Amino acid sequence: MSIRGKAFIAGVYEHPLREATGKTVPQLHAEVAKGALEDAGLTKDDIDAYYCAGDVPGLGPLNQAEYMGLHVTQFDSTEVGGSSYVAHVNHAAQAIAMGHCKVALITLAGRPRADAKENYRTRPGGGPPADYAFEAPFRPVVTNMYGMAAMRHMHEYGTTSEQLAWVKVAASHHAQYNEHAMLRDVVTVEDVVNSPMISDPLHRLDCCVMSDGGGAVIVVAPEIAAQLKRPSVKVLGAGEAIKHLNGGKVDLTYSGARWSGPKAFAEAGVTPADIKYASIYDSFTITVVETLEDLGFCAKGEGGKFVADGNLISGVGKLPFNTDGGGLCNNHPTDRGGITKVIEAVRQVRGEAHPKVQVPNCNIALAHGTGGLLGSRMGSATLILGGADA
Amino acid sequence: MSELSGMNRPSKVRAPRVNDETKSFWDATGDGKLLVKHCNGCGENHFYPRSFCPFCFSDDTEYLETVGRGTIYTYSVMRRTKEPWAIAYVTLDEGPTMMTNLIDCDFDKLEIGQPVKVAFIDTGEGTAVPFFAPA
Repeated sequence: MSIRGKAFIAGVYEHPLREATGKTVPQLHAEVAKGALEDAGLTKDDIDAYYCAGDVPGLGPLNQAEYMGLHVTQFDSTEVGGSSYVAHVNHAAQAIAMGHCKVALITLAGRPRADAKENYRTRPGGGPPADYAFEAPFRPVVTNMYGMAAMRHMHEYGTTSEQLAWVKVAASHHAQYNEHAMLRDVVTVEDVVNSPMISDPLHRLDCCVMSDGGGAVIVVAPEIAAQLKRPSVKVLGAGEAIKHLNGGKVDLTYSGARWSGPKAFAEAGVTPADIKYASIYDSFTITVVETLEDLGFCAKGEGGKFVADGNLISGVGKLPFNTDGGGLCNNHPTDRGGITKVIEAVRQVRGEAHPKVQVPNCNIALAHGTGGLLGSRMGSATLILGGADA
Repeated sequence: MSELSGMNRPSKVRAPRVNDETKSFWDATGDGKLLVKHCNGCGENHFYPRSFCPFCFSDDTEYLETVGRGTIYTYSVMRRTKEPWAIAYVTLDEGPTMMTNLIDCDFDKLEIGQPVKVAFIDTGEGTAVPFFAPA
């Protein structure tokens, strides 16, 4: 398989200005996007993939996708200077050839000359994203941004603090067997709800740990995998999505997993019922509840009931999750633990998790990452992995 | 003014960084007006304000003055600090939901759905930041 003949460039636009006084960087990105769409004869809503580099303000593609009102299920913010956009065409062509998207937008824009004249601080990324001035005064920090999501989920669906606590309880049951876990003591629902309130309604034990460390993953071609002595794990399917505040049509009761999950399941040709083990990004207990609903492990609003009574504990419940102890008990390296989610899923499929938490015959596993904030904008990514027979 | 006026109100607010795209919004705050953006292409209102409509991508957008009232969509009180604060999203009568802080109120009596009104706090630089208080 190659990209040859599988993807076409349908529209282009070069901005006419050479000094963009009076315009912002997000605005310039939107102007070139609009120009290229008009050249192609497409509309904004045709776009299902967005590629950008470090000249876009904010966290990867998240803030600019929100500015432009994009709803994309494929993205890439590879930053390699001026070569970024050429690489983006390759990455977009690969994604299109694989059927992951149909219309990919790539943008570059900036205003270093105007910035210099107006005495703005000039740096890659063009300063703060457009949302910054409308949020920073209100002191959004990680805990209160997830707290607002939890508060709304409780309001709409009757989710309780005790139900959220079960996520932490399950993680602690797993962490007791992990010699590297930061928190190895098994906790109870009472321990969680009686721990100090951090930001309503999230208690201290609803929050993940902060840790150093990290991880790495090596992905290889089938012919390489066949030559290696260690058990290889098959990539069955993947999906990704960006979710944001949508111009003020705010709904904090779901995450981008609502879109990334179905894409991954469709590509893998499996359903949530086939998943034997799930690594679910657990920055907070509420993150797990919303993600499980969005991935289809239960109906929207039923996540609280789903996680209760040990349903996430390996050997006890129906969906063993985060058997390394997860972010809630094990680690959350450099405040972004996504790679550890992949690593524990690989251990499970290899049959190399701790014997006390290993899922028998774990031939299909899922790993899900949430990046950014449940309370505003996030990137969501779902991966489905399988063993040799999957 | 309610007896709670001044309660849980920040003592000072930093001036927002104004740019060419949002200058009209921030200038209006200095006059006590809260604006949203209205799209002449599709008729939708949006927030935060931008040149392009995030719904139909039209660049034919204009500012619309709100009545400065709405309801609490959600909130969270940061407790692990000497001076707690209540971050919130408020759904304006004109449609869009915006981030803010709730002030002049008892943090233990806040409720989702509660009516609120804008309460500007001056930055001392000709602009004001739109906080909200119980209506």
